[in-house]
Amino acid sequence: MQFFKNVTNIDFLGRQKNTFVFSIVLIVCSIASLGVRGLNLGIDFTGGTLVELAYERSVNPSDIRTTLSNAGIEDGVVQYFGTSKDILIRLPVDPEQATAEQSSTVVGALRDEVGEQLAESPEGGLQQCVSPAGAVSDCHIQMRRVEFVGPQVGGELTEKGGLAMLYALIGILIYVAIRFEWRFAVGSVVALIHDVLITLGIFSFLAIEFSLPVLAAILAVIGYSLNDTIVVFDRIRENFRKMRKGQAVEIMNRSINQTLPRTILTSLTTLLVVVTLIVAGGEIIKGFAIALLIGVIVGTYSSIFVASPTVLFLGISREDMLPVSKEGAEGDPTP
Amino acid sequence: MRNHTPWWKWLIIAAVILPGAFYALPNLFGDDPGIQLRGARGTTLGTSQLTTIQRVLDESKIGYNSLRLDEQGIRIRFPDTDSQLQARDELEIRLPTGYTIALTLMPAAPDWLSNVGALPMYLGLDLRGGVHFLLDVDMESAQRRAEDRYIADLRSTLREAKIRYRDVGRNVSGDLFISLRDASNNEDARAVIEKELPGLLLRDGQDIEGTDIKLSLAQSEIDALSEFALEQNMTALRNRIDELGVAEPVVQRQGDRRIVVQLPGVQDTARAKRILGRTATLEMMMVDEEHSLDAALSGKVPPGSRIYRFRDGRPILIEKRVIYSGDNIVDAAASIDTQSGGPIVSITLDAIGARTNQKITGKNIGKRMAVLYIENRSVIQTDTQGLPVRDEQGRIVRDKQRLEEVITAPVIRDQLGKRFQIEGLDSVTEARDLALMLRAGSLAAPVDIIEERTVGPSLGQANISQGFLSVVVGFVLVLVFMVFYYRVFGLVANIALALNLVMIVAVLSLLQATLTLPGVAGIVLTVGMAVDANVLIFERIREEIRNGSTPQASIFSGYERALWTIVDANVTTLIAAIVLFNFGTGPIKGFAVTLSIGILTSMFTAIVLSRAVINFFYGGKRVKTLSI
Repeated sequence: MQFFKNVTNIDFLGRQKNTFVFSIVLIVCSIASLGVRGLNLGIDFTGGTLVELAYERSVNPSDIRTTLSNAGIEDGVVQYFGTSKDILIRLPVDPEQATAEQSSTVVGALRDEVGEQLAESPEGGLQQCVSPAGAVSDCHIQMRRVEFVGPQVGGELTEKGGLAMLYALIGILIYVAIRFEWRFAVGSVVALIHDVLITLGIFSFLAIEFSLPVLAAILAVIGYSLNDTIVVFDRIRENFRKMRKGQAVEIMNRSINQTLPRTILTSLTTLLVVVTLIVAGGEIIKGFAIALLIGVIVGTYSSIFVASPTVLFLGISREDMLPVSKEGAEGDPTP
Repeated sequence: MRNHTPWWKWLIIAAVILPGAFYALPNLFGDDPGIQLRGARGTTLGTSQLTTIQRVLDESKIGYNSLRLDEQGIRIRFPDTDSQLQARDELEIRLPTGYTIALTLMPAAPDWLSNVGALPMYLGLDLRGGVHFLLDVDMESAQRRAEDRYIADLRSTLREAKIRYRDVGRNVSGDLFISLRDASNNEDARAVIEKELPGLLLRDGQDIEGTDIKLSLAQSEIDALSEFALEQNMTALRNRIDELGVAEPVVQRQGDRRIVVQLPGVQDTARAKRILGRTATLEMMMVDEEHSLDAALSGKVPPGSRIYRFRDGRPILIEKRVIYSGDNIVDAAASIDTQSGGPIVSITLDAIGARTNQKITGKNIGKRMAVLYIENRSVIQTDTQGLPVRDEQGRIVRDKQRLEEVITAPVIRDQLGKRFQIEGLDSVTEARDLALMLRAGSLAAPVDIIEERTVGPSLGQANISQGFLSVVVGFVLVLVFMVFYYRVFGLVANIALALNLVMIVAVLSLLQATLTLPGVAGIVLTVGMAVDANVLIFERIREEIRNGSTPQASIFSGYERALWTIVDANVTTLIAAIVLFNFGTGPIKGFAVTLSIGILTSMFTAIVLSRAVINFFYGGKRVKTLSI
């Protein structure tokens, strides 16, 4: 099976103006959304407490709110998590309490309400609770997850996350500059910033929680999008050396067309697994997978419509590509 | 001959794939319930304990799968949870004290695998269930404690040098100061301090003629102090964790003031927090019976004494000098006093503590000795509206609250020695927790839990099954797609992809790198991205065919030409993965690790292995068309 019988001949770079406007609009919207709405930062960055509980049967969040407020916890956000038996409780950093204790207070109060207390529970099994009558059985309320992030840790993570992104971009800039040429390095980094901004913008616009795994996914997207870009660049370099005639635009257009089947195919297989993750990977991994989904789509787009036009815009010519070939075999006719 | 794989390449492939398959093997066996026994307080267990345990199990007719001794202690695997719990009860009753018994899950892989280091992947807490804590060591408080020690040292040093002083203490700005009686002693005092107390630094720019000398801790001293506090805290935390009965706990330093504690399988996190987070210590002091408590309460506190309070608020005047502290405590056990019926804690002291105890109590029979309980808590400072106060950097300001309670102040009836009892506790639980904390050793500096991540076992299980499902579904989808799109060549890519999965599992198992949920996601992502190398090669082959090359030539140049593209594209992804690894905390690191491993193994399987297989099918033959 093939998507295209022959090498396509689409004038990608001729549509520069349209795609340029499209990208600019997206980026402006993203920045606007980031500025106005901001990111829906998770507790990894803001600090706070998060408790996930699994009840035996469906519960009403407002009942839980009542119980919590009776226990002196007022500003908690209680919501369903996936199903109506799973409850997620979020608490901001509480100035009154030694904060790591908050989660214990929450779970304790809710268990008191149903009249059970945690008993000794061996590893791997469900949590065992003891009833007032002294009977031990599986807890009605299973603690599934507790996350507490102190405010100082949250601040550090935000800073480290930003730095990580910066380091990744600089590292890539250097590698591409060494292996290719500075215009390519700039082109790939512009494409990456484009990807990151738009992914962040969509997260901001849809108010999807921005957690630590999402940040990891964005860094992975940087790697992925770059992978795509490099493949196109590689072909551009090869064609510059091989094709004696033709303008830079034609050569680049041809390179993008030649690599198009691969670009689409790899994006498809990657999207297959990313969609699998969204559907089957569970609630915790969902944000991560959504970031990958957006990133892969935007990244594929940018490797065609952003990276190469930027290189062209910076004024690449055949002469720039001729000096010292790092690996001799390239550019030679088939042996 | 064109497209022929030389024998040595096959040898390399075999040398990679076969061990890979072998090391991936232990992951197929799953877990058994088990018990891990360790010697309490760092003692090692040997073969004699092994035979004792074997006897206990045999006598109580509890079946077990295996019993082995290694550096970590003794591990017993059981066929089911019932025999595990039964065995735990029997062992607790019948073994002498000095063991830490922990219920856990153990890899069920046969011994011949684990004997050569073939272990299953090490699952992170988000997959296995357990608690992760990040603790911040309060270095400022450690520093203050050291300053207190230095104040005492300054006094005695000056006394010995026969330099008379009016006062030694700490001034408002936090510096230590000496106020001499006679300004002419200034130079002598400086000389003696520089000689005897090199950890102290004389403050610059002060009047060297006057009666006052200002001092502070030298930076080298502060560094050494921090290092010591961190090390000491880690040891104390390890001891406390032993008391919690956790198999395979992790206590690691992170940076210069933080400690990571991971407790796999722990379910009662509230108790774990209580025991880790608190710093409790006991200080034994003499009750000041020469001065009047009433006078002290009205403001005339005699120097050298201080007013403390009992838990119920009653005041008591106590001499400031600490006779001995929690550091000297070797053992503490809670029990019920047979006479009074109240809860007590029996304490055993070390040699130094015992000697001091003997000396002091011998001299002071009939007088009262106070047992002071000190616990450090950290409380966030709030303003008038109840909002947290922040400093210039926007960080929340925390106050250290020092809870000091006199537990009891009994009359010394007898000369005490190595062993004695504390009475006057409220409940058995309180006695037990106090004993536990005393036994576990005191912390050199208070710690705060600044991050907690707990995953319950049910979520861990769900994460494993959902992660596994994602890998399988993603894998099958890609397989189907590749066969559909590339036919025979797709099949070859699939072989490479399958072996790539085996290799990732093998490398993770071999390195015992922690596999986390994002790590599993990384594997899923790798499945999608790993075929990229083959896609690049196959598309190139198709191009060559379209350009009129022969099938053999197309295969050859397809592989040759795609090689550097693949390398370039993968190196850049690897850069992103390495940055991620350096930035990441636990779970994110797991993602970076699987992503990096996946990139490296996929280059091998997609380039070297798939080429060998293609050559095996097509190489050296007359081929008219390729099934691509």
